[in-house]
Amino acid sequence: MTGTAAIADAGGIAAGTAGGDRAARVLDAGGEVIACTVCDALHSVGAGPPMHGRLRCTRCGSVLLRAPRGALDSILGGALATVILVISAVFFPFLEISAKGLRSAASLVDVAFAFSEGITAPLALAVILMIVVLPVVRAAALGWALVPLRLGRPALPGAKRAFRFASRLKPWSMAEVFIIGVVVALVKIGGMATVSLGPAFWELTLIVLIVALESTSLCEKTIWRMLETRSRS
Amino acid sequence: MAHAGNPQPVLTARAAGLIGCATCGCVSRPGTAHCPRCGSVLHSRRPGSLSKVWAWWLAGLIAYVPANLFPMLESTFLGRRTDSTIVGGVVDLVHHGAYFIAGVVFFASVLIPVGKFIAVGYLAYSLRYRVQLSGHMRTLLYEVVEFIGRWSMVDVFVVAILAALVNLGFVVGFRPGPAAVFFALSVACTMVSALSLDPRLIWDAVERDGPDHG
Repeated sequence: MTGTAAIADAGGIAAGTAGGDRAARVLDAGGEVIACTVCDALHSVGAGPPMHGRLRCTRCGSVLLRAPRGALDSILGGALATVILVISAVFFPFLEISAKGLRSAASLVDVAFAFSEGITAPLALAVILMIVVLPVVRAAALGWALVPLRLGRPALPGAKRAFRFASRLKPWSMAEVFIIGVVVALVKIGGMATVSLGPAFWELTLIVLIVALESTSLCEKTIWRMLETRSRS
Repeated sequence: MAHAGNPQPVLTARAAGLIGCATCGCVSRPGTAHCPRCGSVLHSRRPGSLSKVWAWWLAGLIAYVPANLFPMLESTFLGRRTDSTIVGGVVDLVHHGAYFIAGVVFFASVLIPVGKFIAVGYLAYSLRYRVQLSGHMRTLLYEVVEFIGRWSMVDVFVVAILAALVNLGFVVGFRPGPAAVFFALSVACTMVSALSLDPRLIWDAVERDGPDHG
């Protein structure tokens, strides 16, 4: 990735033009106009997203559009990694410890049902949602919306709805937060028991963290433009 | 008309009599109910944003009190049971010399939640009253709060993992305490609080407060 500088043709539209029907003037000026989702400033982005780097809002500096190259790959890669990690950790015990000849292992379901007594019971459901259900549902929705785009085909019916749903779920899908929880728990246990983890665990952890970081830098507005053009045709 | 801290004044969608979509940035004429690009419900500014922010903020703060008073983790070691609260757990870790993990837990369970209450409160306050921080710094604060909030949930997961995994008969075992529920509730409420804040209101306030505060 190169360049983070603002690009000249994303100039903000000046407020100086007084009188008349401003709305009409902005809309009929030709070229595409978008409003910054953070500060509402209008920008003409006639040339579309840049080839490299990103366009930034001239007022608040947040990203307006970014180069679409590779954007789909990193989102879909993240979705796939999440599904593999979550599904495998549901069916196999992903952690095992032993101390003084005693053994213990846990899968994701065991972890959620640690909250099953008394007042903590509702938390079991919330944890299952946050670390199993929502990550998988979100990955599936992203796949539905974006795989056809990646393959250069027209979008599937309901693609927009699926992508909107995936964005809504994003804050609540916490697979990568859980991974950090695993690491903290392991260090806590470290002193009192022997922990055995396969190398696959660490590889997967690394992949999920890298892709999680990449997808936080994703620009939804850019994806929406792509979805719109593909849905029409 | 004052335009904050910019060499050239910038026209906002609202000032132009248009509605900018909060999801995809597409610009529509007023009266349009749904965004033609992404289908989201269109609002020039999200209605009731500030009241929602304060309501969820307060709910989160209330839940944070029992989260600190009740035990987070009940640990049994050779038949002896010890209850530890969030802060108590950090103190224990320090006594055991595990400074790094003590730091991580302190950061995720104490600093982030408390910092978040202060940050969201400050941002919401700044919508009504003049504050020192510039619009850019407030936007940065908003983005950090939105990004970091969910990471507080890490402590709830740690408790669950310990309880599920460490159950070695008589030797050692963990059980989650009631504080885990309140802590999770508090994190969820502050997440909703931060998500309810319409960032465009921050920049409306910047414009209102004049160029010195851009």
